[in-house]
Amino acid sequence: MRRQWMAAVAVTMAGLLTLSACGGGGGDGGGGGAPQSPQADARKKVEVFSWWTGPGEADGLKAMREIFEKQNTGLEFFDAAVAGGSGDKARALLATKLQADTPPDTFQGHAGAELQGYIKAGDLEPVNFLYDELKLRDVFPQQLIDQISVQGQIYSVPVNIHRSNVMWFNPAVLKEAGVTEVPATIEEFVAALEKVKKAGKIPLSIGSEWTMVHLLESVLLGSLGTDAYNRLWTAGSDWSGPAMTKALNDFKTILSYAGDPADDWQPAAKQVADGQAAFNIMGDWAYGYFHNPPDGGLGKTSKTDFDWAPSPGTGGTFMWLSDSFTLPKGAPNRDGAVAWLKVAASKEGQDAFNPKKGSIPARKDADSGLYTDYLADALKDWGSDKLAGSIQHGVVANDAWRAAINEAVGIFHADKDVAALQSSLAEAAKSSGQ
Amino acid sequence: MRRWLPGLLLVTPSIIAIAVFVYGMLGWNFRLAMTDKHDEVSEGSFVGLENFVTLWDQKRWGISVDHAIVFTVVFVFGALLLGWLLALLMEKGIRGEGTFRAIYLFPMAISFVATGVVWRWLMNSAQGERAVGLNRLLDGLGLGSFQWGWFRDPDWGMAAMAVPAIWQMSGYVMALFLAGFRGVPEELREAARVDGCTEWGVYRHIVLPLLRPVTLSALIILGHISLKVFDLIVAVSGKQIITDVPAVFMWVAVFDSHDPAKGATIASYIVLAVSVFVIPYLVWTLRRERRS
Repeated sequence: MRRQWMAAVAVTMAGLLTLSACGGGGGDGGGGGAPQSPQADARKKVEVFSWWTGPGEADGLKAMREIFEKQNTGLEFFDAAVAGGSGDKARALLATKLQADTPPDTFQGHAGAELQGYIKAGDLEPVNFLYDELKLRDVFPQQLIDQISVQGQIYSVPVNIHRSNVMWFNPAVLKEAGVTEVPATIEEFVAALEKVKKAGKIPLSIGSEWTMVHLLESVLLGSLGTDAYNRLWTAGSDWSGPAMTKALNDFKTILSYAGDPADDWQPAAKQVADGQAAFNIMGDWAYGYFHNPPDGGLGKTSKTDFDWAPSPGTGGTFMWLSDSFTLPKGAPNRDGAVAWLKVAASKEGQDAFNPKKGSIPARKDADSGLYTDYLADALKDWGSDKLAGSIQHGVVANDAWRAAINEAVGIFHADKDVAALQSSLAEAAKSSGQ
Repeated sequence: MRRWLPGLLLVTPSIIAIAVFVYGMLGWNFRLAMTDKHDEVSEGSFVGLENFVTLWDQKRWGISVDHAIVFTVVFVFGALLLGWLLALLMEKGIRGEGTFRAIYLFPMAISFVATGVVWRWLMNSAQGERAVGLNRLLDGLGLGSFQWGWFRDPDWGMAAMAVPAIWQMSGYVMALFLAGFRGVPEELREAARVDGCTEWGVYRHIVLPLLRPVTLSALIILGHISLKVFDLIVAVSGKQIITDVPAVFMWVAVFDSHDPAKGATIASYIVLAVSVFVIPYLVWTLRRERRS
C-alpha cells in the first residue's frame, strides 16, 4: 500500500519536473553550446523575418545578406524566412509573434496600407531618423514616401518596386488568331480576346481567387483612369457611381473570356508561355518565372516566347507595390536591425538584391546598367509614369478592406452579379475604417 | 491512507492541463465572441449575442454553412457505405485478408494535408486536351463526357471535395465494422439459418441491428471530423469562396481581416455544431453503461 503511494508521488513529480524542464529549455534555441551567455548571443544575432524562400527572391536576400555580413562583422544574420507564395503563412505567424510581444528584429511587409495595421497597433517604431541620416528623402520618389508615412512619421524602408499592371502575352498565339496590334484599351482588349476565342485557344489564363482580384485592380485602373482610381482610396471615393458600374461590367466581360482557373499564378502564366493561352495579367514577378533558367523558371526567350505591355487602358501609369523592412518596437537587437535597414536602403544593397529578385530598386539613383530586358522597361516607366497603388498587394487598402474585396470577388465569381459586387465593394469601402 | 488519493494525484496534472488549455480556452473564446473587439487594438466591450446574430447577415457565412452541410452529408454517408462494403467483403473471407486490411487502413496514416496535395492534382479541373489527373484518366478510358470541374464546379464542388476525405477515412470505418461483424456470435447466425433465413436476411435482421453501436460511433467520429474540416480544404484549393467552410472563414476572419471577435464567433459555432453530434452520443453511452 505504502509503496504504491510512493510510486505515484514519484511519477507525478517526475512528470512535473520534465514539464518545467521543457519550459525552460525552449527559449534560447540556436545557442549551439557556445560558451557565451545568452545575452551576448542575442546582441549579436539579427533576426530578419520574410517570406522570401522561392527561387530568385531567396537569391536576392542572400546577396543582400553577404553585403550585410561584410559591413557588420560583429553581427550574425539570422534568416527567419517562412515559405508560402504571397506571405499568407508568414504574416499569420508574424501576427502571433507581435501579439506575444516577441517581435523579430525586423520584418518584411508590403509598403502602404498593409503596414497601417501594425502602426495602429503600436508595433512599429518610426524610422525618420534613418531617412534624415541617410538623406533617403532625396532618393525615394515622393509618392512612395507618402504611402508609407502616417502623420509625418515614416515606418519602413522600401527595398524594391514591383509593377502589378502588366499584360503578358504570347506573340505566336496572337499572330495565329489574327491580332495584329497589342491591345491598348479595354475595347481593343475585348476584341482581341474574342478573336483568340474563335481561334480555339484560351483567351485569358487565370489562377486561383486572388489572381482575379489582381485582374480586377488592373481593369479598374484601365476603365476608371488613374486619377479616379487613386481617388477611390481617399475620403472622396465613389464606389457606387456609374463609372464604377461600367468598370465592373468591363471586368465581367473580360472574366467571361477566362479559361478554367489554374491552381495558382504560375500554372496560369505557364499556359501563356506554352502557347495554350494568349493573355495573362499578372505582376512583373512573372518575368522571372518566364525568363529564369529551368528549375526556378521556364527558360523562355523574351519577345519571342512571351512579350509584355501595360495592361489595357493603363499605359503611362505604373501600378506599384513595394517590399519594405520595418523596425518593430521592442526588437531584441535594435542596433542590429538598424544596421540591416541601412543595407536595405543603400544603393549597393538594392542593386545586389533586385536583379536577382526580378524587381527594380526603389531608389532613383540605382545603376541602370544592371537592369536589362523587361527590367529596363520597368525602370524607365518607374521614373516617368504616373503612379497608382495595388489593391491585392497591400498598398492602397488595409488588410480588412482587402479581405472584404477578396470576399466580394470570390462570391462574384460564382454568381456573376455585378450589382451585388458593386454594393459589397461600396460597403467594404465604407466599413474599412481607413 | 485513502485508496483514491494516489490515483487522484496521478491524474491531477492532466486534469489541470485540460481545465486550463481546453475548457479555459473554450470559455475565453466564448467571452471574446461576445465582445465588439473587431480589431487587434481595441479593448472590446460586452455586446451579448450580437456577433452571433449579425454573422447570419453575411452572404459568405451562408455559403460556408451550405458547403459544410453538403460536405458532411456526402462524406459521412460515402465513408460509412464504402467502409461497410469493404468490411463485408473482408468478412465473407477474402484471401490475403491481412494484406488488404493494411492497404485499406493505410490512408488513415497519412495527414489530410498530404492527401490534399495529391488530390489537388488528381482533381484538376482542366478538360479535353489539357486534362490531367482524374479527368485524363476518364478521357483515356473513353469516358470523356464524364469529365467535370471537380471541386471548382459551382453546384457539386463540395461533393467532389468529400471524395479525398472518403478515400482517407473509409478504411478506418471498415476496421470498425469488421470488428463489429466479428463480434456477432456465430451461434446467432446459425440459429437464423436453421430457421430458414437467407444469407441476406441474416445480415438484414441479425447482423445489422447488432452493429448499431458501431455505426453510431463511426457516425460521431466522421461527423465531428467533417464539421471542423480545415486542412484538407486548404491543401486542395486554398482559401477560396468556391470551397469555403466555417473553419476556413474563421482563419480569414482572424488572420486576414484581423477581426478577433468575428473569428471567435465562428469558432463558437463550430464548437456548438460539433457538440450537437457529440453530446447526445455521450449521454447515450453513459445511459447504456449504467443499464448494463
